[in-house]
Amino acid sequence: MMNYQFDILRREHADAEPWHQIIAFETEDANETVATALQKIGTGHSRDVAGREVAPIAWEAGCLQKKCGACAMLINGLPRLACDTFLRQLKSKKITLAPLRKFPVIRDLVTDRSVMFENLKTLEVWSETTSPVKEKDLDRAYDASRCLQCGCCLEACPNFEPGGSFFSAAGFAPQARLLTSCASSMQDNIRKLYQLHIYDGCGKALACEKVCPAGINLDRLLSRSNAVKIWHRK
Amino acid sequence: MKVNIIGAGLAGLSAAITLAKKGIPCNLVSLLPSERAQSVLAEGGINGALNTMGEGDTPAEHFEDTIRAGVYLADENAVRNLTEQAPEILRELRDLGVPFHLENERIIQRNFGGQKKKRTAYARSSTGKVLMTALIDETRKYEVRGLVTRYPHHELEDLLTEELSANSKSSCCGALIRDHYTEEAIVLQGPVILATGGMNGLFPGETTGTVTNSSDAAALVFSKGVRFSNLEMIQYHPTTIRIPGKRCLISEAARGEGGRLFTLRGGNPWYFMEEKYPELGNLMPRDVVSREMYFVAHDPNCCGQVWLDLRHLAGETWRKKLPDLREEVIHYLGIDPAKTPVPVEPGIHYFMGGIDVDISHRTSFRNLFAAGECCSQYHGANRLGGNSTMGAIYGGKVAAQSAAKALAECSGKISGMQAQQTVKEGKGLVPVSEEAAQQISKLLLGALGIVRTEADLEAAIGEIDRMLSGRKDRSGDCTDFRELPAAHSSNPKELRRLLLAKALLLSASCRKESRGAHYRSDYPETEDDFRTKMISYAAGAEVFAAPEQELPPG
Repeated sequence: MMNYQFDILRREHADAEPWHQIIAFETEDANETVATALQKIGTGHSRDVAGREVAPIAWEAGCLQKKCGACAMLINGLPRLACDTFLRQLKSKKITLAPLRKFPVIRDLVTDRSVMFENLKTLEVWSETTSPVKEKDLDRAYDASRCLQCGCCLEACPNFEPGGSFFSAAGFAPQARLLTSCASSMQDNIRKLYQLHIYDGCGKALACEKVCPAGINLDRLLSRSNAVKIWHRK
Repeated sequence: MKVNIIGAGLAGLSAAITLAKKGIPCNLVSLLPSERAQSVLAEGGINGALNTMGEGDTPAEHFEDTIRAGVYLADENAVRNLTEQAPEILRELRDLGVPFHLENERIIQRNFGGQKKKRTAYARSSTGKVLMTALIDETRKYEVRGLVTRYPHHELEDLLTEELSANSKSSCCGALIRDHYTEEAIVLQGPVILATGGMNGLFPGETTGTVTNSSDAAALVFSKGVRFSNLEMIQYHPTTIRIPGKRCLISEAARGEGGRLFTLRGGNPWYFMEEKYPELGNLMPRDVVSREMYFVAHDPNCCGQVWLDLRHLAGETWRKKLPDLREEVIHYLGIDPAKTPVPVEPGIHYFMGGIDVDISHRTSFRNLFAAGECCSQYHGANRLGGNSTMGAIYGGKVAAQSAAKALAECSGKISGMQAQQTVKEGKGLVPVSEEAAQQISKLLLGALGIVRTEADLEAAIGEIDRMLSGRKDRSGDCTDFRELPAAHSSNPKELRRLLLAKALLLSASCRKESRGAHYRSDYPETEDDFRTKMISYAAGAEVFAAPEQELPPG
């Protein structure tokens, strides 16, 4: 039996004061993840260390196998997917959970991540004409297609601010699919948009790549987008 | 007025794009954004007879393989349309920038179960994800143009219906949805396309699907009286592994690229599929493979475990075709499949049955359509790998075309009373309680396994009836409801789930034969009399199931 203590930053609604709820959690399962632990303690049947009832904990869960990005949150201060975080891998038996900080909180661990989708609209991430991928561009197009839109990169990025003009990796990764592999089909103003919302704001800290739960090679995508759109290399 | 699409996975996006291309506006409603849809989990590929592999493949052969694997239960006209359109859809997807595996700029197709020719286009084993990305980007174009309006954190709470006259079909005139962020209720008028996915939520933690696929939408429309078909047809995928909180799929691509299943008999490896089925071997249709795995696992001469052997795969195959699959097995099981056989077992993966639709994807309600896994079409008694992604995209297109026609005819009148009454409550419905979900799941799993019997089915139906009657009489004379935690509440979602669960069991009980995924040890033969849809529907708190020809039309 392993004993853990969760410290969960709770908030009943967007305007409510956040508060910490400390919940003891016992498990025999060596493969317990933060997600499965939340499934167990979050359903409204446990009590916290102060003896109060744990009201159902709001968090977004989807595939539980790190393919959908729903359960992104701060785990011990780092942006991660709850389903991809095994308790046994954490150094401490005390585990803090908090919502991602760059998005407005809806409730508990749920944030409104719609800014990412709005940014992709601003970047015009779509194709106006047919844009089949060439074999030489396949790996890049595949990698760029894998972005989960989870938002972990935005948490880690020193240059991203909500409402700012720099869109960071959640913007440039999906855009790279169209920028670098379907170059012939791109809209005229795409270079301008790329320069304004990606190139000009990126400090190349590449913290995004370190935290990306999908393991996307973001450095490579960024370099290639720069080469194609800023330096006009094929 | 707009068309209202519920669900934003492959089928929903395909429907939205189809409508937008015609200039028809739609609302696209989903609990979570499209990136979180279960479609992103589809792995092995998408079928279409492109004939890029020099094998002389044709849509006719795709048709034959699909019909045969579905054991002659699928609508032949619908499947013919699907398989004829499939090559064109693959070309469209490539034009959208889907990074299908290419060699010499040509789409490479892989072997997949139940198909004699290489017909499955793919991107490593993340095909669903790359298809979704391309369709999400395409949909975005129409969002910006105002043709697609997303409601991306909204739940379908009710279907708005009206009885036009005593003898006519019920008619759908819109949807009531609830914003999960604000609790605000919104009435959307117009025809509705359901693209809500499979009924994984009936089996929490036991399927390869997502948590979000709660089955609540299916249970809602079932309780409204919409007809369902072939609910007994549940696909157990042969190769799943247990991971925290769920089952995880090991893609059929592993066998498509040469993987072999074996068990130990007398201490020695026995490659049972290759011995029993010399032609297709490990790539027999999924129902056959899962059943054989069940039998060898229960064979006293064998060790009780089946492994997937991938040790002989070439380094090139791991690097170019299955790197993600290898990474996943290492991540979850701590073993390298290139070096060690992977212990696997069959797990619930897909629902061939669902909302009954005709060839135009119309349901039994006017102005209500369904596409993708939530509907019953194309796959009959057993689905071929690679046909779900194609079925969802094609079905979404057809449903959109039908809804576009309906939009022109739709009166758009909402029965105001009903909408208002529901809106007034002010808060969303309480989810199905954990206890009730587990209780229902246990009953269904026990009776709807790979091998089924009348006794098990009847016992489970009896239990569901007890839960239902405990509920009905909860203030009355029911004596035993206290033993049944689910009966304590009057939660409408639980009541609906019980009705749907009963329909699955009744359908399985009424199909007194074995066909595809439905194997009855008490009726092991396939019977011509049952080459028909098993229809189920609810009327009030009663659930009925019968072969289609025994039912009055409509």
